[in-house]
Order: sequence, then structure tokens, then C-alpha cells
Amino acid sequence: MRVIGKPRRRVDGRAKVLGQTQFADDLSFPRMLHCKLLRSRHPHARLRRVDVQRALAAPGVHAVLTGADFPIRYGILPVSEDEEPLCSDKVRMVGDPIAAVIARTEDEAQAALDRIEVDYELLQTIADPFDALANPEPRIHDYGDHGNVHKAVALEFGDVDAALAGADHVFEDCFFYQGNTHLPIEQHAAVALVDPQGKLCLYSSTQTPHYVHRALAKTLDMPPQKIRVVATPNGGGFGGKSDPFNHEIVVAKAAMITGRPVKICLTREEVFYCHRGRHPVLMRLKTAVRNDGSIVAMDLETLLDGGAYGSYGVASTFYTGALQTVTYKVPRYRFRGCRTFTNKPACGPKRGHGTPQPRFGQEIQLDKIAVALGRDPADLRLQQIIEPHSVTANWMRVETVGLRQCIGRVVDGSGWRDKWQKLPPGRGVGLACSAYLTGAGLPIYWNDLPQSGVQLMLDRSGLVTLFCGATEIGQGSDDVLAAIVAEVLGVDPHDIRLVTGDTDLTPVDLGSYSSRVTLMAGNAAIQAAERAKQMLMRAVSAKLGIPPERVTFAGGRVFDAEQPEQGVEFCDAVALAESETGTIGTTGSYRPPVSPAKYKGGGVGPSPAYSYSAAVVEVDVDPATGWIDVRTVWIAHDIGRALNPILARGQVEGSVYMALGEALMEEQRMRRLPERLSNAVVHKFPSMLEYKSPTTLEMPEVVTYFIEDPEANGPFGAKEVGQGPLLPVMPAVANAVFDAVGVRVDEVPITPEKILRALKANDLRSGPERFPAIDWPEPLKVPPPWEGGDGRATNEKPRKSRVAASGVRLGPEVAHK
Amino acid sequence: MRPPRPALCKNAEHMERVHVAMRVNGEPVEVSFAPYKSLLEVLREDLNLTGTKHGCELGECGACAVLKDGRPILSCLLLAVECEGADIVTVEGLADDARLHPLQEAFADCGAAQCGYCTPGFLVTAKALLDEKPEATRAEIASSLAGNLCRCTGYIQIFEAVERAAKEIARR
Repeated sequence: MRVIGKPRRRVDGRAKVLGQTQFADDLSFPRMLHCKLLRSRHPHARLRRVDVQRALAAPGVHAVLTGADFPIRYGILPVSEDEEPLCSDKVRMVGDPIAAVIARTEDEAQAALDRIEVDYELLQTIADPFDALANPEPRIHDYGDHGNVHKAVALEFGDVDAALAGADHVFEDCFFYQGNTHLPIEQHAAVALVDPQGKLCLYSSTQTPHYVHRALAKTLDMPPQKIRVVATPNGGGFGGKSDPFNHEIVVAKAAMITGRPVKICLTREEVFYCHRGRHPVLMRLKTAVRNDGSIVAMDLETLLDGGAYGSYGVASTFYTGALQTVTYKVPRYRFRGCRTFTNKPACGPKRGHGTPQPRFGQEIQLDKIAVALGRDPADLRLQQIIEPHSVTANWMRVETVGLRQCIGRVVDGSGWRDKWQKLPPGRGVGLACSAYLTGAGLPIYWNDLPQSGVQLMLDRSGLVTLFCGATEIGQGSDDVLAAIVAEVLGVDPHDIRLVTGDTDLTPVDLGSYSSRVTLMAGNAAIQAAERAKQMLMRAVSAKLGIPPERVTFAGGRVFDAEQPEQGVEFCDAVALAESETGTIGTTGSYRPPVSPAKYKGGGVGPSPAYSYSAAVVEVDVDPATGWIDVRTVWIAHDIGRALNPILARGQVEGSVYMALGEALMEEQRMRRLPERLSNAVVHKFPSMLEYKSPTTLEMPEVVTYFIEDPEANGPFGAKEVGQGPLLPVMPAVANAVFDAVGVRVDEVPITPEKILRALKANDLRSGPERFPAIDWPEPLKVPPPWEGGDGRATNEKPRKSRVAASGVRLGPEVAHK
Repeated sequence: MRPPRPALCKNAEHMERVHVAMRVNGEPVEVSFAPYKSLLEVLREDLNLTGTKHGCELGECGACAVLKDGRPILSCLLLAVECEGADIVTVEGLADDARLHPLQEAFADCGAAQCGYCTPGFLVTAKALLDEKPEATRAEIASSLAGNLCRCTGYIQIFEAVERAAKEIARR
């Protein structure tokens, strides 16, 4: 390997340090207009009247749009298309967009917003999940399971009640995971224009240009081939730019109406209201164990505060249960999850999507089990790690598992055996583990199409151009693609021209979410590169008169492996192939393996490979103030193979950083305005100063270990690294706080106030006391593999074929692949 | 990018523009603009220097940092009208012609720029530090960069890049 595994400058590094990377708000076009949105001041209200006449007459105003201009709804999931580009008859949260002003300058657009008159009929506010459960009326949406319950799901794998009744011990705890937000430093921005060909073109800071493309075609009722979406490099995403957004659709429509480019850039306050961040989740977790601490059954209930819209919420709900089984052996498992609508910014996917919350509970509870049974928490986990290449109780197929090595590295590196329960009062260590997807097994909308496509063009100059819909959000997707092609073709990754994230120019890739790009786009890139290599190999073998298998690609040359001096420059190899077969272009594509989970809901959780992580955190806690000082984080990540170790380490350290923010300080919290001001539910602190996030001064030492056991499903053996390493850190901090001062904080953020309060209380605990009674649906009963199941539920009605239901027409050559 | 403005700015059309002469990235620049504009807005909108970013418009994130007379300042909080005669350096002015500044080389090589959005602010802030303290310690680096938020890296590779650049500057 000459490229893969070598620490390298990323291919887009130069542009970034020169300030030349063009983010969406850096784009400007002649005659460009600016858009501002009038946003609701009320959390829940009918719109009796929206009068824009005075705004239309304001200086510099070119157009004013309202909900009447957008009759078609949209939403990232086909099952919850509940959003309007501009609200037509109802607002569901403070910040919901009601009207858009398009004006010559931002100031003029802003000034004209004040001239729009809105007559609201106020409705009762549904402020949190308890409100939502207690008040089926007024309904925030006229769809969903019932009342203000968006989705309630129940799955049971084996007879859990019997296992709980017959177990040596049953541990039961409630946990609360507060919501938090992505806080990308770049605010969302978008510019739309009608290009010289007459096509609508949208440049946007989006992680998912393909889904935005579909949302535009739907809401604007236009053929998709007349729309181009270009994902500009994102100034941080973390999941917050994965939904199609109302402002994107609004500027697209505005550009078509005015015939001029139209830009919008959200203010920081607007970004806080766009949100789509971590769901606040209340959990009850019951775990039955044997006397040695081995799990015999797990029973998990989750209650999610979904906010005002569906977003990814149905998937988020399933994710609060789906991955609890892929870390340790769990013979029987029941999961029940409920997502409620509330009049607050919608929650969605944030780094780890739905899994940090239950992982937090599970890993703290394992710590409690270890303490109660007198076991070392590391040993308790080591004795029940899931088998590699096995199928879990909920029918997730697990491939390589590097968790044993992960635990070994952090235990040795941190000196765990000499520290746990042995450090002086006020200092402690905590351990936790986790697992995560390397790409979701299924796309957002059901179809049989490739989830990632790559095209290569090889030019006689020696230039290799790569086209792929993958989206660069800072994680290094461009670099991964370049590295993979460079490795196969023996060229310098910095010489490869990358065209990415452009629905006009690049084959579809579903986007930068679910840690899917390295594996899926990477495998597509390998296929395209191998096909190109074959073409060059044939031509060069004929030229050199050697068998094709002796033709080697390295260092920008194509040569005889046995006589390396016999060969040609790479550009000459391309020319030889071009003269033999014509212009050189190849494609590659990727679809994940079919999951054995056949039950309804089994579409969330399958992945071609799972990554594993383990962390030990050492903290100082001042018992006088409750102040927590994180000293060191040791983290090991089972990455399969690190394609570029510099970028891989950056993902781990960035995950640890973001995890510490969630563990210790970050909160997407709402508050009520005083009665005299409307009593509306508003964001408590929609600014970067008051929404606390870690600075350079809070960042502890981080010791990172990679476990590299190549995964057969991954490109060059690689698994994900962008999200998994976040997951073990929050529970490890909580467990370390317990080791330091004996206080259990069963919720995040873990603040000094909570520690102090718990130190003064009798039970030395801070966390939720109870889980509400929820009218759960009858669970789908799916026998685990070892109880004779076939991946289907025994009590499920037959369902329509997924592809037939999707409305996507497929040619026979695709359908039968 | 702009937060709502007070009422007095609504008649921008009729407001007299101010004229300011300053040095930007070593070159004399004269520019006319509405007097309420921040230096950040003048750099990005009137001088097309979009390398300097905005993240909060309130002086909270550090993405808009530039050097004014060698000191890092938050350009979103400084009225451009206050910059008459000032010497401003932005990320576009860090390289020595075609040669990248050692900080730029190190940030690119060490993984200190992931999404790259906060990078210009970090680069100029780190330059001011190394200009003043060429042998800054890790603690001094962390302290001087505490006003710049980065959501991607966890800061560690940024610290390493500044240390590597300091060594390279000393070697030159």
C-alpha cells in the first residue's frame, strides 16, 4: 500500500488553509437578491390572515412569498412529509416560517418583514412529551399514531417477561438524555438561480443533495432533470444539514419567480431553531443478569421529545432501540419506543443518531451491575462481547468485532486495573463501550438502486477525474475517494480531480449521513478504479508483451512487476488503452448486503459493518463545588483500517470533544416567556456564548488507539470512524464521576449543580424518578435466531413489497441484479 | 448573515456612505460603505475577501478574526469606519506570494482543518501568538485560541499544527 494507511495531507487541505474553499455564503452572483423569512412568534397557532401588501410596497422588495405559493408538503422520510416551505394555515413552533421577502439587500428584506401583518389564533402549547401524552388535543399534526403521539413502536425478540421473572438479578433504572444541537460553525446558507440553460440551480450547505433534489422536484412540481442541486462544502454538519430545509425551497422558488439569483443565510438564532438535533429521551431500562453479570434479557422503553415535525424521527425512534444488541450478547430483548410531537424545534439526526441516549443508559447500568455484583466493569463486558460474524436477537448481522482489543487497549493504556476504586477521593475513572453503523443498510425511500455511484474519466494527459455524489462536510469524503482511486491506479491522490456532490454532474450518492460514505462510496470507487485498471492493464500487457497479471501500477507508472524498469508512464498507459478501446470511462456502484431482519422496523439498524469503541475517562470532581475536570480520555476504536490516519484521528478526537460537550454542558433547552409577553416556548439560549460548548481550555488530553482488523465488507477493510467514538464517552464520564465521589448522575448534562445536589441527598443520585405509563401497542414478536426464528414476526400482517410500494420504476436489468 | 438591525438603519438608501482608506493584506485599499457596516461585512461584501467567515455575528465564535495592526480582533464587532489607516491582515494575506505560511502548511498537514470554516480565524489568531511568542507553550497556545470555536477537531490537531509551525518558523 502506497497511499492507504499512510498519514497524508487531505486533498482539499490547501484550499481550506488559504481561505479558498467556497462555502455557500461565499458565493455571490451578479444581480443577486436576498431573502429573509418572517418566523412565527407563537409556538402553536392557526394563521387567520397573512397580509403582505405593505411589505410588497417596501423599498427594494421584489417579491413576497407565503404558504399559498407552496401547496405541496415535504419531509425527509416518505412516512412523515409534514413540512411546508412556508406555513399555510398553522404554525407549530416559534421560528416556523410564514412569509419570505426577496429584496435587493438583506437590510431591505429584513425591514420589509416588519410590514407583514399576521393574525394568529393561539392554540394550546404542547410543551413536552408529558404534555403530549396527556393532551391528545389539540393535535399538532393531523397524522401520526394518535393524538400527539407521532410514532409508538414495540418489538419483542423472545419471551422477555419469562426471562425477567426467572433471572438471578434484575436491574431497573430510569435515565434522561437531554437534547443538544449540532452547532456547526457555518450557518446554513443557500443560493438559487436559473442557469443559462434555463435550469433551476441550488447551491446549498447540505449533507444530502440527492434528497434536496427530490424535495425540490416534489414541492415545486418540476421534473428533476430540470433541477440541479450542488452541495457546497459544509462548514460542519454533524447531521444538522441532512434534512431538506424550507429556506432551500423558498429561495429556489424565488429565483424562478424573479429570474435573479436569490441568497439566504440563516442567522445563528435561526440555526438554533432549525435544529434537527439530538432528541431528548427519557428511558427505562430493565436488564436481567445471571450471578456473574451475564445478560439474559433486556427490556428498554424510550420516550422521545420529537419537536414540531417528523424529520428523521421515525428512524430516530427505532434507533433508540436497534443497536442495543450489537455490542454484548443479549439473548432476549424487548424494545418499545414512543416519539411525541411538541411545539418546539424538530429533533432529528445528530452524530450517533438515536443511539447515544440508550447507550448512555446501558453503559451506566452495566457499571451499576458490576459494582453490585463485585465485578470489574471491564471484565463484566469482556465476558459477554458479541461473537464476530453472528446474528443478534433482533436479526442484525454483525461482521468483524474488535471490541475485545478495544477494551484491552484502554484498560492497559489508562492503568485501569490500578485505578478503578483505588484512586484518592475526588478522582475517578470510568469505562464504557459502544458500537455503531457503517452506513444504514436501507435508503431513506425504499428502492433497489445503488446507494452510491462513482464514475471515472481517464484522460490521455494522465488526469483521472472522479465523479461522485458524496458530500464533503469536513469529514474528508473527497480525500477517501481520491485515496482509494490513487491506490488502485498507482497515482498521486493530489493529482485526481474530484467532482462531488452535484446532482447534474455526479452519479447519486445518498449523502453524508449514517457513517456511510467511506464504505459505500469507497466500494463504488474501488469498483470503478478496478475496471479502469483492467483496461489499462490489457493495453500495457500487449505493449510490453507480458501477461496482464504482471502489470503493476505504482508511483505514476505502469510496469512489469518482474522487471520494474520495463514500463510506461501512467499517461502513456491511458493513451495505449484509449487507442485500443476508445475514450476511457468506468463506473462503480454499491448496494449493501440484504439484511436477515424481515420484520417491520427491521429496516433500521442493519449495516454492512459495525464499528466498536471503548473509552476510559479519568476525572477530578471537587466535592465542595461539584466541578468536574476531565483529565484524560483513552479511547480505542475498531476501524477495520484507517485509510488516512490523520483524518481518522481527527474524527476520534472530534467525537470525544463533541461527546464531552454533551456529557458536561450542552443543552438545547427551551423556556416559557413571561405571561405578559405571550408565554411562548422559546429557545433558552440561542447564541453561541450561552449555549455552552467546550473551548480549547476544556479539552483534555486524548489518547487514541486504532484496532485495525480489516473488514471484508469495507474498502481496503475500512469501517466507520465519524460517529462511533462519540458514544462511549458520555457514560464513561458518568461512571468516572461515580468512581470519584460516589454520585450517580443518570442524565446528561452532568453538571456541578447536579453533583452537589446529589451529594446532599440521601441516595447520592441525580436523574429521573419515573417513566410514564404509555399505552404501548402489542409488540411484534420476532423469535431470535437461536429460538427458531426466520427474521419475521409471528404476529405481523403480510406487507406490500417494499419496491412496489415505493413508486420507483425499475428496469428489469436493475431489479434482477 | 446579518442579525436584525435597529430602526435607524432602515433607510440605508438615504444614509451617507463613509469613505475609509486602510491597508488590507499589505495593499492600500479605499472603500466606501454605509457607516453601520462591520469590518467583516466590508471585507466580505465590499472587498470580496470571503476567506474571513461569520458564525454568530456577536463576537462569540472567533470565525471572523482578522489581524488589525498585528493584533487579532473580531471583525464582526468592529465597525469598519474605525479602521481608517489600519493595517488589516486576513487569511488571504498570510501566504508569502505563492509560498504558504508555515501555519498554513502545518494546518493542512496535521489535520487542523477539517471543514475549514473556523480555520481562517484560527490561523490569524495563531499567527499573532507566534509573532509575539515564537516559543509558545501548549498552555499558551490553548489560552490564546480559547476565543475560537472549532466543532470538528477537538482542538488537539490544531495545537499540534501551531507547535509544528513554530518549529518551522524557528528553523527558517
